[in-house]
Amino acid sequence: MRYLFRTDYAQDMAAWRHGGDIFWYGLLAVVMLVLPFLLGEFYIGELGGVFIFAIAGVGLMLLVGYTGLISLGHAAFLGIGAYTNSVLLAQGVPFLITLPVAGLFTAACGAAIGLPTLRMSGLYLAIATLAFGSIVGTIFQKWNSVTGGFDGFAVPTPYVFGIPIEGATGVYYVSLAVLVFVLWMSLNLLRTPLGRAMVAIRDSEVSAQSMGIHLARYKAMSFAISAGMTGLAGALFAHYVRYLAPDAFDVLLSVQFVTIVFVGGLGSIHGAIFGALFVRLLPQFIAIIRDDLPFGLGRTPGLEPSLFGIVLVLVILFQPGGIFGLWLKTKHWFQAFPLKRKASFRRQKSYAKSERLR
Amino acid sequence: MSLFKAEEISVRFGGIRAVDSVSFEVQQGEVFSIIGPNGAGKTTIFNLISRIYNTTDGKLIFNGQDITRTPPYKIAGLGIARTFQNIELFANASLLQNLLIGRHCHSKVGFLSQIAFLPSTRTEERRHRERAEDVISFLGLERYRDTLIANLPYGVRKVVELGRALCTEPRLLLLDEPSSGLNVEETEGMGFWIEDIKKDLGITVIMVEHDMSLVSQVSDRVMALNYGRVLAMGEPREVQTHPEVVKAYIGGETEE
Repeated sequence: MRYLFRTDYAQDMAAWRHGGDIFWYGLLAVVMLVLPFLLGEFYIGELGGVFIFAIAGVGLMLLVGYTGLISLGHAAFLGIGAYTNSVLLAQGVPFLITLPVAGLFTAACGAAIGLPTLRMSGLYLAIATLAFGSIVGTIFQKWNSVTGGFDGFAVPTPYVFGIPIEGATGVYYVSLAVLVFVLWMSLNLLRTPLGRAMVAIRDSEVSAQSMGIHLARYKAMSFAISAGMTGLAGALFAHYVRYLAPDAFDVLLSVQFVTIVFVGGLGSIHGAIFGALFVRLLPQFIAIIRDDLPFGLGRTPGLEPSLFGIVLVLVILFQPGGIFGLWLKTKHWFQAFPLKRKASFRRQKSYAKSERLR
Repeated sequence: MSLFKAEEISVRFGGIRAVDSVSFEVQQGEVFSIIGPNGAGKTTIFNLISRIYNTTDGKLIFNGQDITRTPPYKIAGLGIARTFQNIELFANASLLQNLLIGRHCHSKVGFLSQIAFLPSTRTEERRHRERAEDVISFLGLERYRDTLIANLPYGVRKVVELGRALCTEPRLLLLDEPSSGLNVEETEGMGFWIEDIKKDLGITVIMVEHDMSLVSQVSDRVMALNYGRVLAMGEPREVQTHPEVVKAYIGGETEE
């Protein structure tokens, strides 16, 4: 086991807890950078997809896991980012401008949605964002002059410093860079007043307010940040799919994002990454085992969405910490071996039972 | 000059007058207690002062400034902090994080500086941390610094909530039933904290409390309420033996 001896407040603020962190994350970064030279085109493409979903997952995690607001309309933000980026690109605007513009414009849309929905929470917010998602979906379909309607349009190839971003490897590296940027932003956010205000709103609005937190402003802000990150993911998603059509951004995609957050582990940035891996790799796994399933189960329509649903329910019931929680427990088991106690991860619920204490 | 003044404040919920033209003044550096049976409107007065509810009538004046219509999130910045009857801590955050949230009204760095974690943010964070550390050592919470609130015993949580309020560096502290749910020893401890807060930190305290021993131990003046009206106001002993107060608590014939 590692014990941390702290001699300076800066240690608590640092991005890395200890040297081990720097080593392992550094190693991970190196592996990620050389991976395209080792793996085939298909796997690199899939990993690029994981990165893009991880970016959106981190965005949604900040909203759901940290601010405690739910959104079932994040596919719409992904779509807004994708269309903004691609339409501008088609007008001849360089990619290094369209990408941030897509992020900022989606963030503005997020704030615009955040403001009227501030008074809502829980189920009502879920329904409002769901409605928003389907409105935006309809706009994508009907606004022919810009989005090309149902026919959609081919996304132009972007150039970064004159180098074309083509094929799986190009998307892989750009997505990796944006993912690192988004992670860096989230990390900073969570160790500053802004992130703490989000957590405060999640845990108790009334006392957050009496600590001087402007609820409306911070809720709108976290909607904007979340939407902005998802917009960035959307811009990359356009290049990932290479052909934009409105049916890509439906409710099912929103549900996939929510699955990322819940299965990954609510309230942890790691969780968003784990969740994205799960959501992107499960369909591949299903594709592999599809033919071997008994009773013709593999040919049943709707196998994938129902598996997502079942996993989501099972995780919520039996593993509320998600994959990241499972990882923490496993780590603890090895660190404390052979002294692990069952109660180590059980939250103590209440000390005194009376109607005063809920 | 009084630090806080309520002038004829009233609030109606539908037909019920929860607080009915109540006036009181709190002097700088005193501990002012509000007592009364359940439903007398004590917590409602706190919610009026912290601006969670709007007053129907009357005026709230803090430090010479009219705060009757100040938005609730600005109250902490003015120097009024509060605790809650049922503990409203941020349960899934560590004790330290809870105290740092109490520093929120003192953070001035901008959004971009926070997102990029610029040196200005780093300097400010360090200052917040130092102030939070002061509160931790004042209340003796060192051993729980990194514990999640959800894993802390109830008595400690009460103290943490007090600490979080102190982190806002208030001039006026509103304590809503600081002893509720605490055992006799813990209540006594809470009494000592309140005395220290008054003497060492020079913070004025308004306290809603049921435990009469705590009230007599720490208060300079007491106000008794029933059905939203003031029954009596004055020295603790004077109020506790006031015939109207005794009647409100023990019951008796009404004059109507």
